[in-house]
Amino acid sequence: MNQEVELPDNERRRITRDGVSLAFTVGLYGTAFGAAASSSGLSPWQALALSALLFSGASQFAVVGVGVITSWSLAVTAITGALLLGTRNALYGLRMAPILQLRGIKRAVAAQITIDESTGVAISQEHLGLPAMRHGFWVTGLGVYLFWNSFTLLGALGADALGDPAQFGLDAAVPAAFLGLLWPRLKGRTPWAVGMAAAITVLILLPHAPVGVPVITSALAAVVAGWKNGGGK
Amino acid sequence: MIWATVLISSAGCFLLKYAGMAMPEAWLSSPRVQRIANLMPVALLSALVIAQTFGVGHTLTLDARAAGVAVAIVVLLLRAPFPVVVVAAAVTSALLHRL
Repeated sequence: MNQEVELPDNERRRITRDGVSLAFTVGLYGTAFGAAASSSGLSPWQALALSALLFSGASQFAVVGVGVITSWSLAVTAITGALLLGTRNALYGLRMAPILQLRGIKRAVAAQITIDESTGVAISQEHLGLPAMRHGFWVTGLGVYLFWNSFTLLGALGADALGDPAQFGLDAAVPAAFLGLLWPRLKGRTPWAVGMAAAITVLILLPHAPVGVPVITSALAAVVAGWKNGGGK
Repeated sequence: MIWATVLISSAGCFLLKYAGMAMPEAWLSSPRVQRIANLMPVALLSALVIAQTFGVGHTLTLDARAAGVAVAIVVLLLRAPFPVVVVAAAVTSALLHRL
């Protein structure tokens, strides 16, 4: 672990600039989430609540991805999907804990903004020492939080005003959003094998199993592959 | 029911984040746990892509969504950023709905 070295002003500005521009770009996706939430019957306030309280893109899409939640079994499916997709944030927290070294309320705030982007920017400053990593984490995490929530509300209100979601192709936007989130993760043979196994699981189970069960079952592909696969990434 | 789903999933996901920060390192640092957690999004996102593209209740269908996702794949292969991918799929599907 790097020692506590002073962070020069020019590096601090560069990290701020990188973090904010990443935050803005990611925040724009919030529009797609807001629109998807609206097409699944969430009010703009419910969409915003997910962005503010859950604050993890893939998990949020999993909640609205089950469609209009009309039964408890769909609610359980939505919650389970969100939690399974959220497990990686626990690993990010584990990575960030010794860097941030926080207690109490500050730790809770940091936990809430521990996502792909804040962890990624923090870790990429490792060569500059702990203060640079912390600065990258807070700027990016808080920046994404601000933009993601603003654009969620914008997307939800916009989609509400437009009316019928299929008319504007929002029915295709949701699977395309999932694909966009999946794409950068498909690097190497193991992820491809897991993705294919999961896809086939859904195709086989969908006509027979209760709604939502096929998607949850596909998590087994990750468990099986991760359990036994040592190398070969 | 929607509010309950929103609040329960939010609370659960917060606890996952917080647990990572508060837990003793040894609990989660096993390579096996790391591998599974890293592959979990791949499995679930793949499953969601298929279910959302072809699924309607308990039947598999081929409709405007599949065309939209096909265009999304092409756009991804051209290295377009995420918002472009989503918009390209939506525009494709919207055009097919108009036909």
